[in-house]
Amino acid sequence: MSHAHPNFRHPKQPENDAGYTRRDYEGAISTLCAGCGHDSTTNAIIQACFELNVEPHRVVKISGIGCSSKTPAYFLSRSHGFNSVHGRMPSIATGANMANRDLLYIGISGDGDTASIGMGQFAHALRRNLNLNYICMNNGCYGLTKGQDSATADRGSASKKGIPNPYESIDLCELAIELGASYVARGFSGDKKQLVPLLKGAMAHNGLAFIDVISPCVTFNNTASSTKSYHYVREHIETTNTFDFVPLQQEILTHYDEGTSQEVTMHDGSIIHLHKVDSSKDLTSRQKAVNNLEKEKEKGRFLTGLLYVNPQIEETHDLINSTLYPLNTLTEEDLCPGSEILDRINSALR
Amino acid sequence: MNKIERINDFVIRFCNVNGSGSASANNLFAKAVFRLGVPVSPKNIFPSNIQGLPTWYEVRVNEEGFLGRRGGIDITVAVNRQTLFGDYQDVLPGGYFIYDSTKPLPENFRRDDISEIGIPLTTLCNEAFSNPKLRQLLKNIIYVGVLSFLLDIDLSILTGSIQKQFKKKPKLAEPNIKALEIGFSYTRDHYPDTCKISVRKSDKLTNEIMMDGNSAFALGAVYAGATVTGWYPITPSTSIIEAFEKYTNTYRIEEDTGKKKVAIIQAEDELAAIGIVIGGSWNGARAFTATSGPGISLMSELLGLAYFAEIPAVLVDVQRTGPSTGMPTRTQQSDLLACAYASHGDTKNILLFPCDPRECFELGADAFDLAERLQTPVIVMSDLDLGMNDHVSAPMQWESGRKYDRGKVLSADDLENLKEKWGRYLDVDGDGICYRTVPGSHPTKGAYFTRGTSHNQYAAYTEESSEYEANMKRLLVKWQTARTLMPSPRIKIRDPEYTIGLIFYGTSTHAAYESISRFSRDGLEINSLRVRAFPFQDEVIEFINQHKILFVIEQNRDGQLRTLLINECEIDPARLQSILNIDGLPIAASFITDAIHGSNLTTIPESLQKQNKTGGKQ
Ligand SMILES: Cc1ncc(C[n+]2csc(CCOP(=O)(O)OP(=O)(O)O)c2C)c(N)n1
Ligand code: SF4
Ligand SMILES: [Mg+2]
Repeated sequence: MSHAHPNFRHPKQPENDAGYTRRDYEGAISTLCAGCGHDSTTNAIIQACFELNVEPHRVVKISGIGCSSKTPAYFLSRSHGFNSVHGRMPSIATGANMANRDLLYIGISGDGDTASIGMGQFAHALRRNLNLNYICMNNGCYGLTKGQDSATADRGSASKKGIPNPYESIDLCELAIELGASYVARGFSGDKKQLVPLLKGAMAHNGLAFIDVISPCVTFNNTASSTKSYHYVREHIETTNTFDFVPLQQEILTHYDEGTSQEVTMHDGSIIHLHKVDSSKDLTSRQKAVNNLEKEKEKGRFLTGLLYVNPQIEETHDLINSTLYPLNTLTEEDLCPGSEILDRINSALR
Repeated sequence: MNKIERINDFVIRFCNVNGSGSASANNLFAKAVFRLGVPVSPKNIFPSNIQGLPTWYEVRVNEEGFLGRRGGIDITVAVNRQTLFGDYQDVLPGGYFIYDSTKPLPENFRRDDISEIGIPLTTLCNEAFSNPKLRQLLKNIIYVGVLSFLLDIDLSILTGSIQKQFKKKPKLAEPNIKALEIGFSYTRDHYPDTCKISVRKSDKLTNEIMMDGNSAFALGAVYAGATVTGWYPITPSTSIIEAFEKYTNTYRIEEDTGKKKVAIIQAEDELAAIGIVIGGSWNGARAFTATSGPGISLMSELLGLAYFAEIPAVLVDVQRTGPSTGMPTRTQQSDLLACAYASHGDTKNILLFPCDPRECFELGADAFDLAERLQTPVIVMSDLDLGMNDHVSAPMQWESGRKYDRGKVLSADDLENLKEKWGRYLDVDGDGICYRTVPGSHPTKGAYFTRGTSHNQYAAYTEESSEYEANMKRLLVKWQTARTLMPSPRIKIRDPEYTIGLIFYGTSTHAAYESISRFSRDGLEINSLRVRAFPFQDEVIEFINQHKILFVIEQNRDGQLRTLLINECEIDPARLQSILNIDGLPIAASFITDAIHGSNLTTIPESLQKQNKTGGKQ
């Protein structure tokens, strides 16, 4: 059962520039396990949408199947949501986006949903650079089916069952960079300060933004021997950079010393400022981005933050040269050639 | 020798190697007959291969307008050495065997009951043309010139077609016309008065068109306003998307920007293809995909999602010979059960059965209205024969000013003015169909959560048994509503005693009508029911109840329509006899006639049985 939040409103809840309170971005009360990393990720999404002034009804939420894929019920209850089938979120999102390019699409998936059953769809949505915010809540296991290892579980990591995973793990961020995603980031559900700007940057991005959010499963994979436990992640996290997201029309007030920051202008004019970067970590280079990930991995550390961005790339609609009008608004007048033309077509077939 | 002597009634077979460019020459021939007003039905019989294997093109010419396969070959044009002997054997006694005599026929080709017409095609072609690439193509055109003389087809019809074909490249027309003339004059000089079969101008065809079913469906989708397509290549459905793309490049370009009013996505597999359709339809666009049997298997899980979450989806299944990869370039009607019940749980899908290009266009366009009206998948059941072969058909029709039926969708205004609490799965009209909303329509109203898990009337997750049950039962109410909206079956009552009834659908139609007409010629009137949709309407059940003897004609092994009828209409299985063709070739009238003769007709009066036995000589 999903429950609605109690409907009273605190009189002094602050409104954002679009006139919405944070409550307007919330959803039903979560039914996930208490402490589940997914819930923190959900909260970060709510915060990011609130801060970005998005109109809730202009957002579409689509997911696959899993504990993670249930979360669209727990944020943005004023948006349409679609909890589809296991591993197929990307294709549903593709169709939806083709029908109306004007909405903001949030795709929620899990590591099982993405790295196993949905690997093909994941790869191809990326390859087409669909304008989608693809958020993978990665807990290294199949939460909903009670904790089996997933394909992102690290080799040697052991979940509650206690058997170390013998297989190589799949690094979804590395894959995403190689497969053509144009914005790739890794976050941690336990670090909201980093995650919210990462999400905001993704939403401002025009094209496929992939965010791998390490979201521990407290019930099945939060053991001392798991590399996706809260404890382990906190101990081994490494950030690429700290990160300012400056939305369009907002003045840049901070002063950045030369050589210490990289500035990336997004499609909509927003700017991302990355601090403490050294030049070897140019985030607009695919090759360097993958190297950065590999280097930290060798040291036994997770690299988080914005890993790669290419703001100037064309998204699917640009690639297929489709009209700027949402296709779902076109009518008979726009679409049907009419009976006279049919007569002509018939004649040509005689 | 008794030569076959006929006007406008014969079967000619072209025996080619695939990838040798024979298709356009063969087409030129069929089109010429068509332009003379004579009913003609060409059928490609081709391998699953790109180059080098045998392929046949069988053309039936029939003044009476019977367009199914007839069986038996009167004239053979044999240009494939690999199959020469078999092709030689297949000619009916009294028939004609046209071959490339550049090499003489081997010793064992000894028939004195057919006319051999040797034309040195290779020599003639090599003497006249030097470009090696053109040579191969033009050799085929030379035999069309040969036929032009043998069958008394005015050369100008053919040259006219060629000029039309190369309107934009008149330079290419020249050698083609020359090739025609070479074939024509060689035959005139060497084989005068040889062939007793001829084509004569007829007024049988006046308004008809000649077109393949796949193009017709694609055009129907353009007319119906489809804007989103996800697809994955598979024979014999691929040419639907190719045609759709071609038509949209003409009719769906924004004048001022040159941008396209369509999104065509070649998906990574059929799961993604149907996912794209479901996502697009859910978000308020008209979306479709085209596939064949293997694709249906892959799409099953998502079809169930669309059924249960009540999302429109249009899908064409251009059926081919299964199971598994089967004979991928041969035809069959064997996906009925897989489509009707595609997906796990209690799932039923709507099926439409077009029988010719005009219906591919019309039922294809109607499928979009029905899918949106009923908020459920609609599967158009075509097949390789219908989809990939050219068919003579009544012209396509589109009522001017026709509006799309977008079904029960609440607009922003509707939502604004709502008096009662809206529920996505609340059956306010009692027809089982609820009101849906499209994302982004209204700032505060109409948002809901779509899910394949059990949901209550307000789209909230539920494991309450009573809510689950009520929803499943409402889906049955919707199914009953669907029955009233389906295109009606075509029923022809010729025998007021209702003795024998034939039931058939899709591409079995032409052969069935031909068989019926032969029985009629022999004094036995047979009634017929052409099924055009599933779920079945009352008329279907009534027809079955009226008749003493019933045959269900299909192109599959297991009698799948019969099973559906028995299952869905609670018909006594003993009442329905099957006539089943599964050789991968389009069903022939003679097959049906023979099957009826050979069946157990003990319930028919003695006198009728006798008439039966004398009927149908083919
Ligand atoms: C076709 C299909 N196969 C299997 C399942 C069962 N199943 C449900 S969720 C799930 C795994 C989910 O794992 P993940 O995506 O990592 O989500 P999590 O629960 O960990 O958030 C599986 C295998 C299913 N729903 N559908
Ligand atoms: S099982 Fe794990 S992933 Fe699922 S809700 Fe519980 S903690 Fe979260
Ligand atoms: Mg998981």
